[in-house]
Amino acid sequence: MIDLQTVLATLDATLRVSTPLVLCAMAGLFSERSGIVDISLEGKMLSGAFAAGAVAAVTGSPVLALLVATLVCIGLGLVHGFACITHRGDQVVSGLAINVLASGLTVVLGIAWFSQGGQTPSLSSDARFMPLVLPFAEALQTVPIIGPVYHDLISGHNLLVYVAFVFVPLTWWIVYKTRFGLRLRAVGENPLAVDTAGISVSLMRYQSVMICGALCGVAGTYLAIAQNAAFVREMTAGQGYIALAALIFGKWRPVPAMLACLMFGFLDAVSIRLQGISIPGIGEVPVQAIQALPYVLTVVLLAGFIGKAIAPKSVGVPFTKNR
Amino acid sequence: MKPISVKAALPALKSVVTMAMAASLVVLSSAASAADISPAVVFDMGGKFDKSFNQGVYDGVERFKSETGVEYREFEVTNEAQREQALRRMAQRGANPVIGIGFAQGPALEKVAKEFPDTKFAIIDMVVDLPNVRSIVFKEHEGSFLVGVLAAMASESGKVGFVGGMDIPLIRRFACGYEQGAKYANADAEVVQNMTGTTPSAWNDPGRGSELTKSQFDRGVDVVYAAAGGTGVGVYQAAKDAGKLAIGVDSNQNYLHPGTMLTSMLKRVDVAAYNAFKDAMDDNWTSGIQVLGLSEEGVGWALDENNESLISEDMAAAVNAAREAIIAGDINVHDYTSDNTCNY
Repeated sequence: MIDLQTVLATLDATLRVSTPLVLCAMAGLFSERSGIVDISLEGKMLSGAFAAGAVAAVTGSPVLALLVATLVCIGLGLVHGFACITHRGDQVVSGLAINVLASGLTVVLGIAWFSQGGQTPSLSSDARFMPLVLPFAEALQTVPIIGPVYHDLISGHNLLVYVAFVFVPLTWWIVYKTRFGLRLRAVGENPLAVDTAGISVSLMRYQSVMICGALCGVAGTYLAIAQNAAFVREMTAGQGYIALAALIFGKWRPVPAMLACLMFGFLDAVSIRLQGISIPGIGEVPVQAIQALPYVLTVVLLAGFIGKAIAPKSVGVPFTKNR
Repeated sequence: MKPISVKAALPALKSVVTMAMAASLVVLSSAASAADISPAVVFDMGGKFDKSFNQGVYDGVERFKSETGVEYREFEVTNEAQREQALRRMAQRGANPVIGIGFAQGPALEKVAKEFPDTKFAIIDMVVDLPNVRSIVFKEHEGSFLVGVLAAMASESGKVGFVGGMDIPLIRRFACGYEQGAKYANADAEVVQNMTGTTPSAWNDPGRGSELTKSQFDRGVDVVYAAAGGTGVGVYQAAKDAGKLAIGVDSNQNYLHPGTMLTSMLKRVDVAAYNAFKDAMDDNWTSGIQVLGLSEEGVGWALDENNESLISEDMAAAVNAAREAIIAGDINVHDYTSDNTCNY
């Protein structure tokens, strides 16, 4: 039953399903490392998806759609920043407000603009990010092991999947190897020290929420015009929260967070694939049991293997300069 | 202080309103004037633009509106608690008849229909046994049998797929009829079945629908039939992207992707909704159970300019022969819901 083809197809699906999670987890990493709790990943991703779907439907240009989605999400990131950085508001409340806003506004605007019950019109292939075939994929296909792996697993995804996985080492490099990254981490741990060194804490945090917004925009674009061919209401379906959980699993570090995202994606892909297949010795497993599998494993892993996740010290604490 | 007094006043207010409504309804029905009916429809979770089940109803009531000029009230349920509220609100405001769309509105409609015995109710896909309720159910297994025949004949790999919405007996009935049809056309055909989920959100999850479809294609399936409401959009998109064939459901969905959509299993919910309004208007209303199958043309398969190139003469002949045989009773399509198994 389990051959190379099945394994590759499952891993292939894993990559597709985990792409928005990876992008959102990296987005959250920038924000939370700078000390801003961001539960609005979900809302930003949803707004980005709507913006991308709407722009692609009107202009037919996926690149323009990506751009607008990114700008919309940066805008929402700035709203979050304005509430929590400038006005030192409660970061969870602000994030929740953005989620509620996005959930309602996308549907209202969708009904007003497209009159399709909150959806955007279906897109043709030109208006979407379509799968790319990497060079030599066909030529290498006959090579044992490497050929199928390259052809089926690595090649044949759309641009945004590659963008997401390139962003993981890039995030690592920015956070750990650049001056910006050093300051970013310091702002999240001990903003007073950063302030004493003459660096603006507010500016650092604003930059972080903007980066966070931009990445959420890419994730939303992926959902609306790469993975699917239209925006559908509530299409993020809680993936922003799962990304946040993955970030905590990964202890706010890029590579472990990506691995956590891949694990969630893999479990989802397996649950899709196991459905309706009878497993030797057990028989056909009910749909409900298969669908509960990711959550059961999450609890088991959290309880047994992950250990204590320690957040950046100043996360969620507004910075007051003169005290 | 205010909210409490308002709350306390509500039940009293409600009963006054109810009585007033009941009184006015008695007046209305005794007058029985054709033009002044005030119909209402409550759509379910997929939304009226799901391009499938709810949209079929929408098309039907829109046709009623354009033919008669009578406006109707509508509501789209977006969470489960709203069903009963919406139905009751419609009845309170004097809407008559009120149509509830989908099996999930059954309990809510039963409750509200008891409260408003003088209001006519109709429900699609569910039986509510009350004197003022018309229950309309379809023999989806018969229509699915036909598209199963087409799927098996169009398939080159001998493997055909099914993607259901929420895992309920009604959807299993689609799947079971489809499987019988596929096996009827090709005894060696293999049918791969998946359900999107176990909650109502499974009717509107195109992302998961598309992933399920891709996993079926990886297993060798080359024709996939979706009975999943709005989730189907993702299924058809995946089929188009992969260059495979897909079969639509409820409404005629052939236009969505010409060249990809092999056919659609028609379930004439539009006619059912239209007739409910029309019968109330013409004073021909009947309560009770209506079962619409192939012989009543309540279900069928769609052939139009978008898919005629995909349907060969052999296929058309075979499916029409199967249709005649089912109507004549020579083929007995097993109904999953009769015994909750798919042993035929």
